[in-house]
Amino acid sequence: MTAKISLTDVRKSFGPKKVLDGITLDIAPKESVVVIGGSGTGKSVLLKCVLGILLADFGAIKVDGEEVAQVPASDRDAVNRKFGMLFQGSALFDSLPVWENVAFGLLQREHLSRAEAKDRAVATLAKVGLGSDVAMLSPAELSGGMQKRVGLARAIAGEPEIVFFDEPTTGLDPIMADVINDLIVACVRKQGITALSITHDMHSARKIADRICMLYQGKLIWVGPSSEVENSGNPYVDQFVHGAAEGPIKMQVHR
Amino acid sequence: MHFLSLIGGVVLTFLGHLGRLTIFAGTSLSHCLRPPFYWRRVASQMVDIGYFSLPVVGLTAIFSGMVLALQSYTGFARFSAGSETAVANVVVVSLTRELGPVLAGLMVAGRIGASMAAEIGTMRVTEQIDALTTLSTNPFKYLVVPRLIAGLLMLPVLVLVADIIGVFGGFLVSVYKLGFNAASYINNSYDFMQAFDVISGLIKASAFGFVIALMGCYNGYYSKGGAQGVGAATTNAVVSSSILILTLNYIITELFFGT
Repeated sequence: MTAKISLTDVRKSFGPKKVLDGITLDIAPKESVVVIGGSGTGKSVLLKCVLGILLADFGAIKVDGEEVAQVPASDRDAVNRKFGMLFQGSALFDSLPVWENVAFGLLQREHLSRAEAKDRAVATLAKVGLGSDVAMLSPAELSGGMQKRVGLARAIAGEPEIVFFDEPTTGLDPIMADVINDLIVACVRKQGITALSITHDMHSARKIADRICMLYQGKLIWVGPSSEVENSGNPYVDQFVHGAAEGPIKMQVHR
Repeated sequence: MHFLSLIGGVVLTFLGHLGRLTIFAGTSLSHCLRPPFYWRRVASQMVDIGYFSLPVVGLTAIFSGMVLALQSYTGFARFSAGSETAVANVVVVSLTRELGPVLAGLMVAGRIGASMAAEIGTMRVTEQIDALTTLSTNPFKYLVVPRLIAGLLMLPVLVLVADIIGVFGGFLVSVYKLGFNAASYINNSYDFMQAFDVISGLIKASAFGFVIALMGCYNGYYSKGGAQGVGAATTNAVVSSSILILTLNYIITELFFGT
């Protein structure tokens, strides 16, 4: 079976700093893969390389077998139509009301009328547990949790084949984080979406992932089923999963 | 040696910015000519730049016209007793050729250039521009092109209004303070003014509008580093567009009126 997303020896540096150092990963259709790793290990860069927001220095990135690594996002409309993205800070357009945020892709890509797009946006908001009364509000009037849900609604409104989740639960209280996790699982499973998420929230990773990968110093040092992450046998993964200060991963703390 | 490397660093940074700005301007212009066009966004920017700048530009113009009339009158009085009649001519030519476009340009640079840089800069640091890209929307077409078109079209309209208000300001001072005859003031202004005085001012205005929008968008688009970065982008947008307005003003004046 052709991988939905295939990365082969992807490298990316910023100046002398190697952020991605030979990433190879295949993601099957309808599979949910979560990349874990500490802050600043290059998880977001990995995601942005796949999305085309950043161009990889070296290596191949294929989506449905089509090579996209060196094609900037602005020049690959057909591939972008397959994507949905939930940003870490939601990245809602604050000049537009909630419904127009959710319907943005429908208006731009599918050229729906504003009335049709608004109906679709309200229906998608309902899927993430938000009522129609929220549709006319401005993003600034929403709480962090509601903004995440609107961001999720925007990501799935165009019925994408692949959705990227960037730290979907960061900054949320544990209950709201679990609500978002449930919504992600429900959306991914129901719509048969392929998902690539990055997080350092292990509870979230266990809940939404079929497979978990750990990124450390630009390399994927462990890849396995989420059920095995507790007993990976990899001391780096063990330290990260248990959140231990002592272990092979040394944090640079200046005292 | 250290001093030389410092100078070299500054020159390289400047050339880097210049190159990036040239590419940014070229890319923006090429997108101005290729569909899709976001006309709703263009209209919204035209209202923002044109309509909402009217009060500040109008006030600047009326007081400039009033001061110009007063200064011309007292200045000419030093040389000859009969030169007061030239006041109307000085006011109308100065305003249409120079003061209208330059003052309107500087005021709009402060109001609109800053707001463009702040808005686009905030969108950059909060990943909203990345979000546009993932939603198959080219940020140049959606954010930059509407502002460039609106700046190019609305500055001449603002300057035309500023010319009229400025001349009216001169008229008020000349007639009600200096005791000129209203009809002869209007006749003097109308007779002395040439169509090219106004047209050259409007051409300048278009160039200034483009520069203001370009610098606002450019500085916002490449801002980084959170609130501090957005603040720096805003300052850079206003300072660079003001300097470019004054530089362009000389170049265009030299082209049109240089001997």
